Amino acid sequence: MRELSFPDIASLLQALPWTVLLVVLALMVGAPLGLGLATLRTSRFAPLRWLAAALLQSVQGVPLLGLLMFVYFGIPVFLGIEVPALVAVTAAFAIYTAAFLGEIWFGGIRAVKHEQWEAAACLGLSQWQQFRHIVAPQALAMSLPPTVGFLVQLIKGTSLASVLGFVELARAGQIVSAATFQPLIVYSFVALIYFAICLPLTRWGRNLERRLHGAR
Amino acid sequence: MQSLNFNQIWRYQDHLIEGLITTLQLTAISTVVGVAIGVLAAMVLRYGAAPFRVAVAGYVGLFRNTPSLIQLFVVFFVLPDLGLKLPSFVAASVALSLYFGAYATEIVRAGLDSVPRSQVEAGQCLGLTRWQVYRHVIMPPALYNVLPSFSSQFALLLLGTSLASQISVEDLFHAGSFIESRTYRSFEVYAVICAIYLALVLVSKAVFALLGRLAFNWPMRR
Repeated sequence: MRELSFPDIASLLQALPWTVLLVVLALMVGAPLGLGLATLRTSRFAPLRWLAAALLQSVQGVPLLGLLMFVYFGIPVFLGIEVPALVAVTAAFAIYTAAFLGEIWFGGIRAVKHEQWEAAACLGLSQWQQFRHIVAPQALAMSLPPTVGFLVQLIKGTSLASVLGFVELARAGQIVSAATFQPLIVYSFVALIYFAICLPLTRWGRNLERRLHGAR
Repeated sequence: MQSLNFNQIWRYQDHLIEGLITTLQLTAISTVVGVAIGVLAAMVLRYGAAPFRVAVAGYVGLFRNTPSLIQLFVVFFVLPDLGLKLPSFVAASVALSLYFGAYATEIVRAGLDSVPRSQVEAGQCLGLTRWQVYRHVIMPPALYNVLPSFSSQFALLLLGTSLASQISVEDLFHAGSFIESRTYRSFEVYAVICAIYLALVLVSKAVFALLGRLAFNWPMRR
């Protein structure tokens, strides 16, 4: 047993970029996938809609921890291939992100009244132009607050990568806590870092929501 | 590429069933306690004195903006330091109840806010008592309005109980890890575990949808 000292705190802060990296990678891969799923969900071809709905629902109905284990251990073992840890973790968080953002953005697209599409069609805009210039901006405004809300959920969710031994903020907390036997200070500090990142985002999301409803 | 082999997993079905029961218990306890906390905290936010309101807002903010996993660790590892040693199931129940309570507070608050002030005044004009206004004017539409968000938050709680496996609660997820360590069939084990959770979530959504339809079958247009 030893005292908690400055290097311990520093090692927590050094793990923070890994948390940020996981979030950024999950968004970079997951967001385009999510947009794809959201548009599939609004497709005119029914089987595509059903497929997208089934994908969204099944990922959302699975614990993030289970998804991580399945992608990290299950799939590589099944296929008999070696997957670098970062790739597997990124894939799992990207799938998670795609499912939630897909659902949120689909909700945003659906919330735009059908007359908007028709009015745009009357102006002679093509299907893509209708979406790009008329529907998407309105859908974006409406789905921005829940998107920010999901971002908070994702940041908190990256703490589960610690279970796989991935040294991000939560795992660094476990290591330092085990080395110093001071879980109270260490976990409080870890919680504080997450809190300091998530609270401004939560506040921002709430302001966006208030503005959205105030305008209507 | 391996061939799929689920046979070994079924040998451990007792573990799966016991784990499932623990998961359901954990979910039920956290839901009941969480909703109780939520109702109480929302009432404080609405009617309480300023210091209490600040305390409740701090509690909600803290639990909504920190990872559930860290909350579990704090309750499980830190409280013994303070002289309160809890068995892991109790620690998980406490942590998850506090976690769900924070979200329930927001949901209850949103529900109460969703009923226009004018309807409350209309109820008062009819000579209803304060309790009657709550029971007949505020509660039905408030419950109806928050049912969808409660349903999805409940699903998140149900899935979130899997984190309790990390403080050695022997829940469904823990059973999965145990079976994996015995069979090395990670693909099949986690596929089965995920499928069970998915089935639970789908059932819970169906139950809430049914509840919404049965309990709120008055004509409503807005």
